[in-house]
Amino acid sequence: MPDFDKPSTGGIELRHGSAWVREAIELLSSMRFAISALSVLCIASAIGTIVPQASPDINYVNQFGAFWAEVFAAFDVFRVYNAPWFLVFMALMLISTTLCLIRNTPKMLREARAWPLHVRDRAFVAFRHRHENAVTNESQAVLSVQQATDWLKSHGYAIKNPVSNDASLPVLVAKKGAYNRLGYIFAHLAIVVISLGGLLDSEIPTRAAAWWWEKAPINLAGLNSAQEVPASAKMPQATPTYRANLLIPEGQTSDMAVINRPGGAFLLDLPFELTLKAFRVDYYSTGMPKLFASDVVLKDKTDGTLREATIEVNKPLIHRGVAIYQSSFDDGGSKLKLVAHPLSGPVRQLLPIELAVGQSLPLRSQDQTLALEVSGFKAINVENISDQEPIEDPFKKHAATVLSPAVNVTTTANQRNVGPSFNYKLRDTAGQAREFHSYMLPIDLDGAPVFLVGVRNSPDETFRYLRIPADEDGSLNEYMRLRVAMANPEVRQRAAEIFAQRSAPENLAPALASSAKRALDAVAEGGLEGLADLLEQTVPEAERDRASDVVVRMLTSAFWELWQLARVDAGLPRLEQNDTTLNFTQRALNAYSDSQIFGAPILVMLDGFDQVQASVFQVTRSPGKTTVYLGCLLLTLGIFAMLYIPERRVWVWRRVNGEGQVESVRVAASSTRHSLDFDREFQELSTHLKPH
Amino acid sequence: MNTATAPQLTMPSAHSVGRGRLGPLDFGLFLLLAVSAGYLAQQYGEFMDIYETVILWACVPSIVFLGWLWPALRPYFVGCAVLALIGIAAYGGTTQGSDEKFLLKYFLSSQSAILWMSFLFLFSSVTYWIGTFSRGETALWMGSVTAWAACVMGFVGLLVRWYESYLISPDVGHIPVSNLYEVFILFAVITAMFYLYYEQRYKTRALGGFVSIIIVAAVGFLLWYTATRSAHEIQPLVPALQSWWMKIHVPANFVGYGTFSIAAMVGFAYLIKAKAEETSLQAFIPLFILGVLLCAEPLVFRRTGMPDYWALYFGLSAIFIGAIIVFRRRISEKLPSLEVLDDVMYRAIAIGFAFFTVATILGALWAAEAWGTYWQWDPKETWALIVWLNYAAWLHLRMVKGLRGQFAAYWSLIGLLITGFAFLGVNMFLSGLHSYGEL
Repeated sequence: MPDFDKPSTGGIELRHGSAWVREAIELLSSMRFAISALSVLCIASAIGTIVPQASPDINYVNQFGAFWAEVFAAFDVFRVYNAPWFLVFMALMLISTTLCLIRNTPKMLREARAWPLHVRDRAFVAFRHRHENAVTNESQAVLSVQQATDWLKSHGYAIKNPVSNDASLPVLVAKKGAYNRLGYIFAHLAIVVISLGGLLDSEIPTRAAAWWWEKAPINLAGLNSAQEVPASAKMPQATPTYRANLLIPEGQTSDMAVINRPGGAFLLDLPFELTLKAFRVDYYSTGMPKLFASDVVLKDKTDGTLREATIEVNKPLIHRGVAIYQSSFDDGGSKLKLVAHPLSGPVRQLLPIELAVGQSLPLRSQDQTLALEVSGFKAINVENISDQEPIEDPFKKHAATVLSPAVNVTTTANQRNVGPSFNYKLRDTAGQAREFHSYMLPIDLDGAPVFLVGVRNSPDETFRYLRIPADEDGSLNEYMRLRVAMANPEVRQRAAEIFAQRSAPENLAPALASSAKRALDAVAEGGLEGLADLLEQTVPEAERDRASDVVVRMLTSAFWELWQLARVDAGLPRLEQNDTTLNFTQRALNAYSDSQIFGAPILVMLDGFDQVQASVFQVTRSPGKTTVYLGCLLLTLGIFAMLYIPERRVWVWRRVNGEGQVESVRVAASSTRHSLDFDREFQELSTHLKPH
Repeated sequence: MNTATAPQLTMPSAHSVGRGRLGPLDFGLFLLLAVSAGYLAQQYGEFMDIYETVILWACVPSIVFLGWLWPALRPYFVGCAVLALIGIAAYGGTTQGSDEKFLLKYFLSSQSAILWMSFLFLFSSVTYWIGTFSRGETALWMGSVTAWAACVMGFVGLLVRWYESYLISPDVGHIPVSNLYEVFILFAVITAMFYLYYEQRYKTRALGGFVSIIIVAAVGFLLWYTATRSAHEIQPLVPALQSWWMKIHVPANFVGYGTFSIAAMVGFAYLIKAKAEETSLQAFIPLFILGVLLCAEPLVFRRTGMPDYWALYFGLSAIFIGAIIVFRRRISEKLPSLEVLDDVMYRAIAIGFAFFTVATILGALWAAEAWGTYWQWDPKETWALIVWLNYAAWLHLRMVKGLRGQFAAYWSLIGLLITGFAFLGVNMFLSGLHSYGEL
């Protein structure tokens, strides 16, 4: 059996060259070395899975601190799989396996073919599997040998009956499973083949090509079109291997893909032009996406042939060795109709805006200029709007869940499409931006429709949502009417007075009106928190709870009057007090209070849209793929041959005594690997040769 | 004079199972399967692409081959199919009113069948352990029988679940190997089936208790997952998973996971047997730590803090491992010889390795079709490679250096730790493309 390890493997040895070259080769082809290199690779790979790879540098500094980020970066911990040292270890593994293969293959092939005819019966006692069948005469001996032959033949052995005068040589030699050795060779060859194929498809050939063509990646962020990209950052069609991204908006054509590199990107000239006719997303009834598909037309650059195709996830389009995959999707510059609502001051003038995703527009007011940037748009938002019931008894609930049928789907029952949404930023002249996320349609929350508008100060934060109640028409009008009225001290004064007249006897009314006015003023200036501050300053702690109850009731009623006053001023009738209108008042008050921390002078709402989608493709060229697949086939064949074709050999000798008479027939067997199966098989053979 | 050599006398033999000439049963099964496949192809051919048709027809000889390798599989497959068909017929083409149908509610709807499977596996584990400590063979026999019954119910549950997914909506329908819940059932059934095969082949039931530990752990997870996350509810497939590759990649992988688990549990038994006469408990510290680490692996499921369930689970398993170590002498009396344990361990790792190789290659082929590259150092891919290299090294050392004994047994336990991380840990801790199993 082959020995892949010892300093002298018994395989081919270098007969010339200096001593240290020979020793180096011995070391490289030793299994100790292979296992050590393998362990290093395993640990490095494991680290690569735990530390996020190829993230922006700043993330690492945040995570590990500046010092360690630098230390790790020096060892390429953030790009393990392309790190030079990692590749060196891979190369060492490859060399080790190759050497092992070169040195042992000839010997193994020889041994697989060879018939071990010269094993003398002296060796019998050294066999672990041996059986001696006593015979008394020649015919019994012939019979025994015949029985052995029959049994071996029926068990798939190849048989030779060497004829020789030398009685100590076997009369029968049988063997099977020579492919076992081929398995070794295949499996090791497969590792080499796969590694070489993988090398062809790695970053190395393209990096080498970029170096040879004197190309350097550039930062694409500031550029608007492919024309602005210098030739030094454009990779030609001959680029050997790549994984590039290609974004095409609907109705547009592109022939340039982006290869991302640390610190920049290359533009890649593709051998074809790709036009996106349409991008489609289908959904299951639960709202989960079911299908992403791009209808494309591909025009070959060399012969101009056109090819129509649909690219889906799991169904790539392959053209001249370049494969195009559906990778993701994006907005391709949807045109949005927006309305800006002022959020401060007693003005209610709406500003209609038309802007496409990705564009920006400066908005000027008296005291500042803000740039409105539309950063994203989604036509469909599937959200989990769940009214979580309180769980009384977790055990009961769990038992009920376990016993419920698999066809009842409760977890996604609350998933609903809540309609379009868009993201925008308001950037001040200093470059500071706040990001907003706003839904076009009101969403039912806790039984009433509200407009959700989220805000955050940096991309790391989650959005905090303002809930603005929608009126009966599903619009913002009533809320905005209230807001404007609140912003006007004169209206507040009148509302406080009306409230006081309606709820107190005449002699107490002026005092109540003044209290209500103060409460409204406090809310107008600082929201409900402002009111709380006011209470804290004016009411002793012992009475605060009771007082705040009274004040909140007073405030809500005054707020109601304020709303009705605003309506009457606009020529609308007063509303009747009922659950809906009171609920609206309460929510409007909360929204008004929260909008104080909203931190923006305007609220931009989506009014209509003309969606343009973009499909993101991945374009790859992997010339080593066939090689790798061939290696995989070899590996599979090799491993099954190695594990499931046991190599076995059997010898049969006639033992002759001093007088030349045959005494017994001896059977011995060997296998590359000891297994209980082999024990059983040999026992069967032994019992088959019945004693005479 | 007749001499037989030492190994024959003490030989803890491996018995031949199946593999005779092809008999009438094989032919009968072949005919049955061919007719069924023909019927399916004729009925549903228009909904299948060419690959699915190939897979369907490839199932015919494959099942006959498996039945030939292990004759017990013939009645198993036929029985499961019959039960599944009864379940399907009971639905009558609609999920409406299935709650009122007795047969479905208590027996054959997928969730009921799977609960039966869970119960039977638990029962089987208990009887195996009773059998390990009792004199007679009855309890062990009961363990085998219930393990078989559990395998039947598990497989029937999966088959019926497959049908149920189509009942929800034809576009939702898919083979039930698409999320953690479904593959855990697959894992439990495959592990038990492989164990039952070895049980027959080596004529020993004493390993049942050990292997059942891992199956019970899987069942425990399954129940917890159902109870707290409603994981049993059938969900449609995301586009990335809509591929015929899934039908072969996932089961191949689970043959690997299942047999690696058996190898580790046999390794555990090996160490208990090898150290049975050890008096100082210090010798068991590494084994105990390893066992506890393995038990601790599922704790990654907790999102915050330590829910009672997992605290209890962890405590019980630590006590259980301690008990096995304390009662080692009694247990090892029942265990087969070290040689047999060693052989089972080798066989399990060998078959697991072969299937894991195939599964990883299939995964690479699928990745090339879905993600544009056959290898991209995604955490799951990388950990699959680490698992593969680990067992490759184990097999290499065994074949070349004749690695055996306690070292090999320890290594196979550590192997399960690595495999467990690749199977579960990657989905829990590391984000990547294989995030279907997220909790």
